[in-house]
Amino acid sequence: MNIVVPIKLVPDLVEELEIDDDGTDLDRDFLSLRINEFCDHALEEALQLKDAHGATVTVLALDGDETDKVLYTALAKGADRAIKITGIDGAATSRQTANAVANALEGIDYDLVLTGVQAADDRDGQLPVLLASRLGIPHVSVVSEVAIDGDAIHIKKEYAGGVTATLRAKPRVVLGVQAARETPRYAPVSRVRQIMKEAELDEVEAGDVGAGATSSVRRMFTPDKGEGAEMIEGDADAIAAKLAEILNAKRS
Amino acid sequence: MSQDIFVVAEHLRGTLADVTFELLGKGRELADATGGALVAVLLGGDAAALAGGLGIADGVVHVDHPSLAEFNPESASAALVEVVAQRSPRLLLVANTSMGMDLAAAVAVRRDVPLVAYATDVALDGDALVATSQLYGGKIYTESVLDGPSSVVSVLAGSFPAAAGKRDGSPTVDAIAAPADIDTGRIEFVALDEPEGGDVDITAQEALVCVGRGIQSEDNIPLAEALAKALGGAVCSSRPIVDSKWLPKTRQVGKSGVKVAPKIYVTLGVSGAPEHIEGMKDAELIIAINTDENAPIFEYAHYGVTEDLFDVVPPLTEKLES
Amino acid sequence: MPETPTREIFLHFSTAMELVFYAVAAVASVVFLYGFWLRYRKIRRGRSEHRFDDLVGRIRRAVVQIATNATVRKGDRFAGLAHALIFWGFVVLFIGTCIVAIDHDILRWFGLKMLQGTFYLWFSLTLDVFGVVFIAGLVLMIVRRWVMKPAQLDYKRADEQGGQVDRSGYATDDMIFVWLLLVIAVTGYVVEALRIAETMPAFERWSIVGWVLAGPLSGLETETLVNWHVWTWWFHGLCALAFVAYIPFSKMMHIFTDAVNLVFVDERAARRLPPLPPAPDGNGDGDGEPKKKAAPRMGYSRITDFTWKELLDLDACTKCGRCHVACPARAAGTTLSPRDLILDLRSFANEAFGTPEWLTQRFGRESKWPLRDGGTATALDTDVATDVIRPETLWSCTTCMACVAACPVGIEHLTGIVQMRRHLVDGGTLDDNLQGALMNLGDYGNSFGESPKKRGRWTKGLSFKVKNAKKEPVDTLWFVGDFASFDPRIQGLSRTVAEVFHTAGIDFGILYDGEKNAGNDVRRVGEEGLFEMLAEENIAALDAATFEQIVTTDPHTLNTLRNEYPDLGADYRVLHYTGLLAERFASGALSVSRRLGHRVTYHDPCYLARYNGEIDAPRDVMRAIGLDVVEMPRCGANTFCCGAGGGRIWMDTSNEQKRTSEQRIEEALELDGVRVFVTTCPKDYTMYTDAVKTLGCGDRIVVKDLIELVAEAIEPESVEAAASDEAGAAG
Repeated sequence: MNIVVPIKLVPDLVEELEIDDDGTDLDRDFLSLRINEFCDHALEEALQLKDAHGATVTVLALDGDETDKVLYTALAKGADRAIKITGIDGAATSRQTANAVANALEGIDYDLVLTGVQAADDRDGQLPVLLASRLGIPHVSVVSEVAIDGDAIHIKKEYAGGVTATLRAKPRVVLGVQAARETPRYAPVSRVRQIMKEAELDEVEAGDVGAGATSSVRRMFTPDKGEGAEMIEGDADAIAAKLAEILNAKRS
Repeated sequence: MSQDIFVVAEHLRGTLADVTFELLGKGRELADATGGALVAVLLGGDAAALAGGLGIADGVVHVDHPSLAEFNPESASAALVEVVAQRSPRLLLVANTSMGMDLAAAVAVRRDVPLVAYATDVALDGDALVATSQLYGGKIYTESVLDGPSSVVSVLAGSFPAAAGKRDGSPTVDAIAAPADIDTGRIEFVALDEPEGGDVDITAQEALVCVGRGIQSEDNIPLAEALAKALGGAVCSSRPIVDSKWLPKTRQVGKSGVKVAPKIYVTLGVSGAPEHIEGMKDAELIIAINTDENAPIFEYAHYGVTEDLFDVVPPLTEKLES
Repeated sequence: MPETPTREIFLHFSTAMELVFYAVAAVASVVFLYGFWLRYRKIRRGRSEHRFDDLVGRIRRAVVQIATNATVRKGDRFAGLAHALIFWGFVVLFIGTCIVAIDHDILRWFGLKMLQGTFYLWFSLTLDVFGVVFIAGLVLMIVRRWVMKPAQLDYKRADEQGGQVDRSGYATDDMIFVWLLLVIAVTGYVVEALRIAETMPAFERWSIVGWVLAGPLSGLETETLVNWHVWTWWFHGLCALAFVAYIPFSKMMHIFTDAVNLVFVDERAARRLPPLPPAPDGNGDGDGEPKKKAAPRMGYSRITDFTWKELLDLDACTKCGRCHVACPARAAGTTLSPRDLILDLRSFANEAFGTPEWLTQRFGRESKWPLRDGGTATALDTDVATDVIRPETLWSCTTCMACVAACPVGIEHLTGIVQMRRHLVDGGTLDDNLQGALMNLGDYGNSFGESPKKRGRWTKGLSFKVKNAKKEPVDTLWFVGDFASFDPRIQGLSRTVAEVFHTAGIDFGILYDGEKNAGNDVRRVGEEGLFEMLAEENIAALDAATFEQIVTTDPHTLNTLRNEYPDLGADYRVLHYTGLLAERFASGALSVSRRLGHRVTYHDPCYLARYNGEIDAPRDVMRAIGLDVVEMPRCGANTFCCGAGGGRIWMDTSNEQKRTSEQRIEEALELDGVRVFVTTCPKDYTMYTDAVKTLGCGDRIVVKDLIELVAEAIEPESVEAAASDEAGAAG
């Protein structure tokens, strides 16, 4: 089975996010990007399938500052091939990303696409369904387990309250992965460095990524801090005493 | 140009989802503003029975087909695309849920209409619809202008009061024939599974202590359990804790977990990702303990503490016990 | 005319008997040589490693250590004395036997004879005296082992394998060793006495013990004496030959392995870890140029990954148990005991290489050792880091180095542990917490997952601006470290350090976001690539800055900067803050406004005292500010670990039954009148404040970093205090 994992890079939320002078986008000059954590889970699930059933895993990502590192890391973890999609701006919308990935997939033989169910920046929709719809193949979002049985792909889709549905799909299908069965594996730095020396990243042109019907951002802002919590200060004991008082009042 | 507001009525096992009423309430407001009709869209299900709960809508459109008996992303998308193709609503509201995520983008691409996701609000500003989205883990919001003839907005659950959308009645049900591509057989429904029982039902607790990444280690869960015991409640968690298997899935609060509304909700090292907030913001008293003063959780909590939870929780537990 | 003092070798022996003896001796020698060769062959299977630098110096050092028994005496005077007596007794008796052999088997054929006259008299006296020394040593050892029974000689495993292990073989081996030697020594005297008793020649008074014993025997019939002499002689001789044959198959082999091990010991072992081993097919064996730059081995997974010195380490172990009792992981009740680790690897290596060890540990059928899943892998393919030593055991190590320091025979446990951890990291066998910490370190350069830009944020609130060493030259570059920069509990201490430095007039600065975690513990976790990456980034930042010396509050950081960065091209003077302050107090640049006078105890951080010998400076500072230091039983280089080192602070430590930090606080509580527990390491501060909380003894003892006390002592006296002092003086 050939599995493709499109990986989204998203702004690192550990860093302060700043809004540009126009007030409609992030200030991308100082933005540090990292792998979307759901995509990391999608990759892990793909590698788990590879370990269990034997499969080739191809990772794809749009070219950008941290792309090489993310792709080499994926190779170090066990992916077989990494493709960098060039000629597209890092600030691409989800829809443009989906188009770019769909174009890239034209030259690839694949059965299954696993990608992160969502990302912190997909204002115009989540990649898995955008991509599947563009490719004209089925999709399932919020997937927490994937199993391969011959030609059949068994999928667990999560609903609220812990209810899950089991679905069966045939290749080709796009799955939006919520969580892999295991915590995404660790890529030791020496392996990543070794891979950087040995392996090469393939490159494909993004091609026409036409935005399609779109909405414009008229304002980007940080939420008001005004209505936040009443902060309780002091040393640990004083805080504990105050909290106990509040809690006891509520309980009585 | 149609001014109608369509809302996808989400249902599972014969019951309408709470979030549907939230969307209907908002949809009503918007339809009144645009002067269009509010239409609920039922994909599969027993229309006669479900329509009774959709009284706030001016009408219901129903697509029925055996493949819609249980939610199937493939069939449901095809059905919804057909509805939008036939009716071209000004706005289609979809919940940003497990089902909704499989629908909204499909309609957007296949009908080539704009989509705005993670909306916490939609308003009519002049002639344009403006959707406010919560992005970047709740750190940034955007306002998107939707000035075209037709749009899709997927809304975060918990954005609007559900009560505003609950009204019994008997709206007229219009059947729309299932499209030809509704059952390609590419995806088949196999089974629906309930969560494993036997564990504490956190939705029934009066007090919950929720642990997040800040708890650092599985070793520290007993600290939270002791506090929960002192409060006469139970321990629940955010997603990463369940992903790490430190607590069972039944304890997860938020999207893909459960929604809770206890009297007391104490968070320990929970940052407050929107997916979590969605599941707990209706708690009556929220106390957040997190060393990161910028954590979004403090916007939703009533009281906040930035001292180390390991310093605060043990004396707090002690004081509550005495 | 007085008889020429001498004696006949093989007295009363027929030629046939003599030939039989030589035949038996030959068999014993062949067995010995065969066993010795098997051992040698085993060591040769190890990977190559260069330990031949300064060979003369190495040998000189080893000879001194062996001759003085210094490493055996260190930490155990009784065992040291007993061992020295046995050692010197054995050496002298062995030389004596060699002289007899040379005299009888070589010189005789040239018509020469040494053993006569005055030489014989002194020879007799010396051997008799050292025979007593030898026996005294053996008796002391017997008393120690079977009467005193110290804890380190209990062979109970830390990882009990469900009771499926039998180590009684080890005890039997010990018994054979000491009793066989005792029998040989005692029968030697009996043989001598019987020989002397036959004629009682006056010159044999020089054989003092034999003479004394011979007295009561002299009344017996000559025939009886002759018979007894022959039989005891045979008994003595056969025992001695049995001993020779037994050596390479038993603990006795340590007389060879330990001597060699002490020659090739790495004095910087553990302080400076080795880089990744070269590729298996690389140029590791020195047979010409490498053909292709192959990937290095990611640590040790096979027994053949160990170097010859590391395999020799396994054979050098005498099971003295000093590492076992010193190990904090063992004290905490985890499955790690450095002794067991070495012995398990030894048992496994013997199995893998077909080296016989006659009385070894035996594992029951239900035991998971050594092939945990009952796999079909042959011994050479077995994953040692999973199936021989369990991952949990390897992860339990705090890298406190107590085992390496305690070992009298130069075993370097820690290197092997880290090498096996490297393999675990490579295979992803690490707990989620640790993985999270490593990912944070890789992404942000700190384990807290904080933005690197916030690294200098703790300086906010200081009365002055801390210089940015990236932008301006400073005299002293303060390498702050992760905990001191990001842990809210430690940030306050960092500010106090800054204020004290400022008061002391130290021209210092920090690298702000140019600094990353120094990587000491990252390296000890086994994430070598990440260590290299962090070190490269830090070295680039250090190289770009202008400064005279580096100071740090973190002993772990100090260790890697001082001992490991030089190999990567960054050789700087690195001080701990206590060293810097001790200098300032000594020079008068810092003065005390009030002497504190508390009674305190001081916990030596492992990485400061044991790794780097920094024992005096903190005590000098404490004395300078007027503290009365009461030492805990384990202090200085013999300090006890807090449990946080080697990356343990990032791991799930629920396999510890009783935290060492709590044991340490209890040790301090035993001291009379001590209410302050002083540390000089951020990790110690965190661990011990937690331990005091857990033990609920906050009313009896308080944990302080030395800097807090220094700040208190140098703070200018407040006006009121000064005024009341004056009033007091006036009154």
